[in-house]
Amino acid sequence: MAERSFAREVEDLRLGDGDVFRGEGILAITKALLQAGVSYVGGYPGSPISHLIDVLGDARDVLDELGVVFQSSANEAAAAAMLSASVMYPLRGAVAWKSTVGTNVASDALANLASGGVTGGAMIIVGEDYGEGSSIMQERTHAFAMKSQIWLLDPRPDHECIVDMIEKGFELSEASNTPVMLEVRVRACHMHGSFRTKDNVRPSFTIKDALENPVRDLGRIVLPPAAYEHEREKIARRFPAAIEFVKRHRLNETMGPGNAKVGIVLQGGMYNNVIRALQYLGLSDAYGRTQVPLYVMNVTYPVIEDEVADFCRDKDHVIVVEEGQPEYIEQAVNTALRRRGISARVRGKDILPMAGDYTSQVLLNGLRLFLEESDPRLLGNRPPAPDPAPVLALAEVKRLKEVVPERPPGLCTGCPERPVFAAMKLVEQELGLHHVSADIGCHLFSILPPFNIGATTMGFGLGPASASAFNVKAGKRSIAVMGDGGFWHNGLTSGIGNAVFNRHDGVFLVIDNFYTSATGGQDILSSRAKNPRRTTNNSIVRAVKGIGAKWVRQLDRTYDVGRLRDTLKEALTTKEEGPKIIVASSECMLNKQRRVRPQIDAAVRSGARIVKERFGVDEDVCTGDHACMRLSGCPSLSVKKLDDPLRDDPVAAIDSTCVGCGNCGEVADAAVLCPSFFRADVVHNPNARDRWRQRVTMRFVRWLQARRERAGAAA
Amino acid sequence: MRDESVRLPLGPAGPATERPVSIAILAMGGQGGGVLTDWIVRLAEGQGWVAQSTSVPGVAQRTGATLYYIECMPPRDGLRPILSLVPTPGDVDVVMAAEFMEAGRSILRGLVTPDKTTLIASDHRAFAVVEKIAPGEAIADSGAVAQAIGVVARREIVFDMNALSAEHGGMISAALFGALAASGALPFEAPAFRALLEGESKGRNSGLALFDAARERASRSAPPPSQSSGEAAPPRPPLAARLGDRIDNELPAASRDMARLGVAKVVDFQDAAYGDDYLDLLARLHAADKAAGGGAHDFLFTTTGAKYLASAMAYDDVIRVADLKTRPSRRTRIEREIGVRSDQVLQTTEYFHPRAEELIGMAPKAWADWLDRRPRLVEWIDARVNRGRRVKTYSVFGFATLYMIAGLKARRRASRRHAVEVAHRDAWIARAIECLALNYDLGVEVLNCRRLIKGYSDTHARGLSKYDRVMAAIRRLESRSDAADWARRLREAAIRDSSGAMLDGAIKTIESFA
Repeated sequence: MAERSFAREVEDLRLGDGDVFRGEGILAITKALLQAGVSYVGGYPGSPISHLIDVLGDARDVLDELGVVFQSSANEAAAAAMLSASVMYPLRGAVAWKSTVGTNVASDALANLASGGVTGGAMIIVGEDYGEGSSIMQERTHAFAMKSQIWLLDPRPDHECIVDMIEKGFELSEASNTPVMLEVRVRACHMHGSFRTKDNVRPSFTIKDALENPVRDLGRIVLPPAAYEHEREKIARRFPAAIEFVKRHRLNETMGPGNAKVGIVLQGGMYNNVIRALQYLGLSDAYGRTQVPLYVMNVTYPVIEDEVADFCRDKDHVIVVEEGQPEYIEQAVNTALRRRGISARVRGKDILPMAGDYTSQVLLNGLRLFLEESDPRLLGNRPPAPDPAPVLALAEVKRLKEVVPERPPGLCTGCPERPVFAAMKLVEQELGLHHVSADIGCHLFSILPPFNIGATTMGFGLGPASASAFNVKAGKRSIAVMGDGGFWHNGLTSGIGNAVFNRHDGVFLVIDNFYTSATGGQDILSSRAKNPRRTTNNSIVRAVKGIGAKWVRQLDRTYDVGRLRDTLKEALTTKEEGPKIIVASSECMLNKQRRVRPQIDAAVRSGARIVKERFGVDEDVCTGDHACMRLSGCPSLSVKKLDDPLRDDPVAAIDSTCVGCGNCGEVADAAVLCPSFFRADVVHNPNARDRWRQRVTMRFVRWLQARRERAGAAA
Repeated sequence: MRDESVRLPLGPAGPATERPVSIAILAMGGQGGGVLTDWIVRLAEGQGWVAQSTSVPGVAQRTGATLYYIECMPPRDGLRPILSLVPTPGDVDVVMAAEFMEAGRSILRGLVTPDKTTLIASDHRAFAVVEKIAPGEAIADSGAVAQAIGVVARREIVFDMNALSAEHGGMISAALFGALAASGALPFEAPAFRALLEGESKGRNSGLALFDAARERASRSAPPPSQSSGEAAPPRPPLAARLGDRIDNELPAASRDMARLGVAKVVDFQDAAYGDDYLDLLARLHAADKAAGGGAHDFLFTTTGAKYLASAMAYDDVIRVADLKTRPSRRTRIEREIGVRSDQVLQTTEYFHPRAEELIGMAPKAWADWLDRRPRLVEWIDARVNRGRRVKTYSVFGFATLYMIAGLKARRRASRRHAVEVAHRDAWIARAIECLALNYDLGVEVLNCRRLIKGYSDTHARGLSKYDRVMAAIRRLESRSDAADWARRLREAAIRDSSGAMLDGAIKTIESFA
C-alpha cells in the first residue's frame, strides 16, 4: 500500500448535498464519479491522475457502502478492457490514466469498446500530460478520440464545470451508446479549487446484479459481419444522438456580446488563459465579462457543426484556440463553414504557434495579432501589456543564463537504485561502454549526469524488448534495465518472455523497489508489504523462472555495490547462453522513510534503544576531487568550500538529510576511492552495556591520544 | 527600467483591468513548496477571497526544480474571478524562491520585473549535480544572481532562510511564509498569517518559531553588514618562533601569510624539521623569483609556490589518514556536526580499501625496491591485502591499529612513498624555475599545475597523468609569448571535466599550432 495515507482526502468523498469541496482537481473528479453513480472504477497510476487511484485505494469503506468495485489495474489496457462491463449492462464505469502514453497502451481495448458501443455510461479520464512539466512525448489524445469515435470532453478548468461534465458525460455516453473521454490537463488536475457537492449515488443496478443475470448479444461483439454494422451504426445513429445531446444540454458555451465581427472558438481547457489574455488587451475583466464573443467547446469531439456555423455566421473573422498539433478542430471548423458557404475567415495556427503550451503570454501575442489584422479598433489605445523582454535584455539577466545550472529531477536521497547505477558505472570502467536500453520509471534518471547510462526509452516495461534486435554473437552484450512496475505492466512477457523464446544473450536488469515508486508508491504484485485487499509478495524471480529463464540472480540488498558489480560482470562475460536476468531489490527509500521514520521517532521518545545511522566526510582527508559524486548524485552528498587559502577545490560534505543508506561507503570501497567517508552510528537511549563499552574504549583512546600529544610536544 | 514615454490619458478599451494577486513559488522537490502553496490558498480563502493554485509535481518532485503558482482575488457581484493556471512573465506580484539559483531561474523566466515584483528568496545554495561532479571547483556564481536581483526586483527580501530554519527547526516553507507576511505584498494583515499557522501546528510550535523569526528578520530595514568582506585577514596559525622568524626574514611581505599557512600545514603533517625543509625549498623559489624580477609581480611566484609546495609536501598517504582519524578534534567535530548529545553513544565506521601499493608505499625504500623486482610476491601480497575493510574507529582494536599506522610518521621520511613524492616535487620545482626564466607568468602557471594532483588510488593516478600531459603540452609551447594563457586553459580543461575529453581537445588544439 502506498505509504502515504489519503485518509483526509477520503473524508472529502463523503461530502453531501450542499457541502463545499475544496481541493485538487483530480480529487474533485474522483468525488464527481461517486456522485454520478459509478459501479466500478479502474486505472493505472501516473501523473497527473495518480491521486484518483491513491484516494480510491484508501476509500474502502466509502466504496463498500456504495457497492463500487475499485481496481488498480495491471496496466492501461487492462483498465480499458474493464469498461466492457458497460457493454451489455446498464453499469456506469470509469477508468483513468496518464495520456497519451496510457491511451497508447489501452487503444486496442478502446477501439473494440468503441466499435461495439456501450449500454451503461463508460468514461475514460485522461490526464493530458502535455506542456511544461510533462514527463512524456508531446502528443494529443484527440487523435484517439477521433479514430475510434469516442466523444472527447475538454471542460473549462473550473471544478464546477469539470464535475458537471462528468455527470453529463455519463448521460451522453448512455444517450449515444458511445464511450466518453474526459481530458484534463496537468495543471487542471493539480489545481486547487472548490465546488458545491451532492450526495453520492448508489447505483441501482449493481455489478452483482449483472453477474447473476448474464446477458449477451452477438451484435455487440467485434467480429464480421457485426463489425461492419458497428461502423454504419456509429455514423447513422450514435453520432447524431451525441450531437443532439450536446446541443440540447448546452454542453458548449457561448459568451460575450451577440453582435461582433470577430470571435474566438476555443477548447474549454484554454478558457482561463484566453480570458487572461483578453484582459491584458483590455477586452475582458477578471470575472470573464468579455467584449469578444467566445464559443467555448467543452466538447471538442465531435465538433457541433451547427453551433459553429451559428457562432460564425455574422462574423468576418474567427480564431480557433487549440493547444497541440495537428490542428484537428481548426480543420473541422473550416469544413463546417466552407460546406455551408459561410465566409468568415478562420485563423488559428497560422497566427498561434503550432506546438507548445498556450500560456496567457502566448495567447496574448496571438490574439493581439489576430485583432490587429481583423478588427484593430477593438484594441483601443492598446494599454500596456506585461512584457518581460526589456528585463530579459539586461546584461545582468543575460549573464544569468551562463550561471544558473539546470536542475532536472534525480534519484532521492538514499535511493536504492543509485548503487545499481554506481555498479554499472564501475563495470563500464572495466569492460567498456555497452548498449543500454532504459525504461520508464525513476531509474530513467540514470540517463542524466552523473551516471549518463541508457541510450533509449521506448515505453513502460519495454526496456528489455527494446534491446531485442541486439541478438547476435558479439564482443559485448546488450544491457536492458526495467523497474518492477514495468515488469508487471508488460515487461514479463514483452521483455523476459520474448528474450527467453528468442534466445537473447543479453543482460536484463530488473530493479525492484517494492512499489511503483515513480507514480507515488502504489503496491504491485511483488510488493513486500501485506495488503489486506490485494495479493502481494509474488516473487519476480519465480515469475521469470516460470517463464523459462535459467540464468537468474537475486540480490536482496542493492547497496552492496561490490556484489552488484561482480554479478553484472559475470552476466556480461559468462559463457552460458540465453538471457541473463538480475533482480536487484531494495525498498524505495522515500516510501521506507515515510513508513519507518515515525516508528523510529516514537521508539526514541518512548525510551527504546535505537541506533541512527548517517554518513560523514572527514574534510581534511577529502582532497576535493569529487570522484565520489560522479558515482552518486545523492542530494545529501554535496560540496562545501573550506576557509583555507591553501586549498582550491571544495570538499565533499554530507548534510543532515542523509538517511545512512550506505552507498557512499560502499562506493568508496568498491571503487577504491578514498578513506574520507565514515558512517556514524548514534545510539539513542543507550543501555548500560553501550555506555560501559564507550567509557572503556574512550578511556583507552584518550590515553593513546595523550601519549601522542606528549610525544609531539617532546619532538 | 521605468518606462518614461508619455502616454495619453485615455482609459483602456474595457472596464476593470484589475487583476488578481499572483504569486509564483520556485523550489526544489522536497522543500515544502506544496505546503506553502496550501497555506497561502487557505489564507486567501479565509479572507473571503477566491484562490486557485496549480503545480506540476510529476517527476519534478524528485529533487528537481519546480514551480507552484497561486492567484487570488475577491469575488464581485456574485461572480468568481477567472484565474490563470500559469504565471505570465512580467505580471507576477510576488516571487518566492526557496534557493538562490532558483531565484536566478525565476529571473530568467521573466517572472521578476521592476514595475511589479517583490522577490522573496533564500540566498543559501543547494548545489546542482553539475556543480558537484566536476573534479574541481564548479560552483555557480551567486554574485551574478544577487546582481540581477538588484536590477530586476521592485523589492527584495533576501536572506539565508535555510540557516534560520536549521536554527529554529522547521521547514523552509515556514520561513518563506514569515517573510511573505512581513513583506506586506499581500493585502492581508500579518496576524492572519500567524493565525493560519497556529491552526496548522496542532501544538507543535516549531514552524511558528521559525515563522516569527523570519518575519522579524524580513522586516528589519537594513540587513546586518555582511561578514565576508573580501579583505578579511587570513587565519594566522600558531607557529614555532624560529619558523616564524625565518618567514619574516627570508620572504617578501606579500608571501608571508601564505607561507605561514604552508609551514603550519607541513609541520602538522610531519614535524618542525619538515617546516625547515619547506622554507629551504621556498627560499630557492624566492631566489629564482627575485632573479626573474618578481618584485614587479608582487612576488606571485613565491606566494604561489608557498601554497602548492605545502600541498606537495603534505601529500595524502595512509599515515596521514590514520593520523587525522585518530585526533581528538576529529571526534569533537563529528559530535558537533551530527549533534550527538552527552546521553548518546557514538561510534564511527571507516571504509578502507588498502592495496599492496599503499602497504609498499609505507615500507622503507630499500624494501620496496627489493619487492619491485619480485612482481609475483607483490601479487601475492595484494591478494591478501586488497579488499574492503570496515574498521570501527572507536573500538580498542580499530583505534589501536589506526594509532599504530599513524605512529609510522617517525619513519615516513625513509618510506618509498616519500621518496617518490620528493622526486616528483623536485622535478616540478626545477621545471617551474626553468619556465620562470623564460616567462614569469608561465613559471607561475607551472606551479599552479600542482593543483591537478589529488585524491587517492585511481583518482590520484588519473590526476598524475593529467598533470603529466599538461606539463608535456606546456613544453611544446613554452617559447610562445602566450604560453601562460595556454597553460591556464589546459589546467582549467583538466579540472572541469573528469573524463579528460576537454583536456584532449585542448591538447589537440595546441598540437595543431605548436
